[in-house]
Amino acid sequence: MNTSVNLAGVVLKNPVMEASGTFGSGMEYGEFVDLNKLGAVVTKGVANVPWPGNPTPRIAEVHGGMLNAIGLQNPGIDVFCERDIPFLKKYDTKIIVNVCGKTTEDYIEVVERLANEPVDMLEINISCPNVKEGGIAFGQDPKAVEAITKEVKRYAKQPIIMKLSPNVTDITVMAKAAEAGGADVLSLINTLTGMKIDINRQTFAIANKTGGMSGPAVKPIAVRMVYQVANAVSLPIIGMGGIATAEDALEFILAGATAVSVGTANFYNPYATLDVVKGIEDYMRSKNVEDINSLIGLVK
Amino acid sequence: MSQHFKEQAAVISSKRIGTDVMELVIKTKDVAANSAAGQFVNLYCKDGARLLPRPISLCGVDKETGTLRLVYRIVGKGTEEFATLKEGDTIEIMGPLGNGFPLDKADKAAILMGGGIGIPPMIELAKELKEAGCNKITAVLGYRDELFLNEDMAQYADVVIATEDGSVGTKGNVLDAIREQGVTGEVIYACGPTPMLRAIKNYGMENNLITYLSLEERMACGIGACLACVCKSKEKDEHTNVNNKRVCKEGPVFLAEEVEI
Repeated sequence: MNTSVNLAGVVLKNPVMEASGTFGSGMEYGEFVDLNKLGAVVTKGVANVPWPGNPTPRIAEVHGGMLNAIGLQNPGIDVFCERDIPFLKKYDTKIIVNVCGKTTEDYIEVVERLANEPVDMLEINISCPNVKEGGIAFGQDPKAVEAITKEVKRYAKQPIIMKLSPNVTDITVMAKAAEAGGADVLSLINTLTGMKIDINRQTFAIANKTGGMSGPAVKPIAVRMVYQVANAVSLPIIGMGGIATAEDALEFILAGATAVSVGTANFYNPYATLDVVKGIEDYMRSKNVEDINSLIGLVK
Repeated sequence: MSQHFKEQAAVISSKRIGTDVMELVIKTKDVAANSAAGQFVNLYCKDGARLLPRPISLCGVDKETGTLRLVYRIVGKGTEEFATLKEGDTIEIMGPLGNGFPLDKADKAAILMGGGIGIPPMIELAKELKEAGCNKITAVLGYRDELFLNEDMAQYADVVIATEDGSVGTKGNVLDAIREQGVTGEVIYACGPTPMLRAIKNYGMENNLITYLSLEERMACGIGACLACVCKSKEKDEHTNVNNKRVCKEGPVFLAEEVEI
């Protein structure tokens, strides 16, 4: 039985990773999850300098999901290279570094800094809804998507994944723009912008007013978008959005995702990634599927 | 750092001890045996629409029997669900989480200050301080009106009470009670709403007392990964190297001068 998949020349032992920002760099989850069993570890977004993030409260629960506005708190690329990369190198898994920035120059600085580091891929976060500059400002305009993809591609030594926002009218327009800019892989979806009002305090539930919605409630939207993008571009896709079980993950794969990320589920089930890995194998056995690649985009 | 255990705990009893205050006693496999005063556990809802765990403080830890006593206030749908638990049910938990109160100052006279649902962890702390040899413990408990756990506290400490409506003890808050009833000590340990902790921080500094505060913040994972529950800290934090300590991981107990609240 083959569970390995190929993302722009990077071979993952299985298609399961976790979504950026839900798993740190794996240190906190290492006591629950054998990181060797994951196809890849995707780090929390890292910028050129430390970012303190947003004021609290930063999260709120909503029905079947949550809102977050962490604001990409991160230690900056220096600490990341000294501490997080050596930690991850101890494991037999692929390392995908999520890169964030306020300006194109910020992104390039991090990308250049990572050029000679032992990381396998870069995921370019042009879709965070919780920061005022950068992030989603790049991800909602096809010209900006193409331009930043081109710029990053000029400097990147590793294959680049462009992470797309669902907060657009037609996500295939952004996917095509990223493809035109030279992206190697697409990942989707980032969170959906939402809001919750605390009726007792009569104010916003989170300090940032809006937050990115994630969790099982967003999964049908994410599956639909993965399906649309898979049919619009020829790039491999990392699908995510509400994946908590192998059944969820298989929906994304059948819709056209080559790999999948487990996000919010990590917060309530620290074993979720492993559950998905095992569940996919069980499914393949029960359906007599020899190669997981035969499932990708099977549903037309 | 201590290990975290995620397990199904068995409900031994669940009862109402106040209008909206519940006492839940659960038997755990590993969590209780590794827990200490000031730490907390995550409780998970059975209703899948309520994803995030609810962090609940430890009111009582019995390492020998492996039981935890949790006292919480019903404040929303999650705690409403917990309130329906009965003997023989199970509940998913993870813990122990965070760092507890230090016990290395048990040789000094202690003032324990609990406000509202910040009172429960003070019970276990009083017990552990007494076991550690602390021979002067004064507990100052602040309530809106209805008392709970004050009799439990009396086993371990001299109890001073403040009520907002003045129905019992000093009319006002815990600091009003300290002043009115002449409470003295060398170390303050406090848990309660943020405005109360802010006032206690100032009081501790004015009176040159070592002051430990147990903070609260909205959290998701409980193990330091999601970065939801940060507080402003004086020192750079170990994770991000800014000034954001994680309440769930570096806390919830902090030296007062270490945090900006």
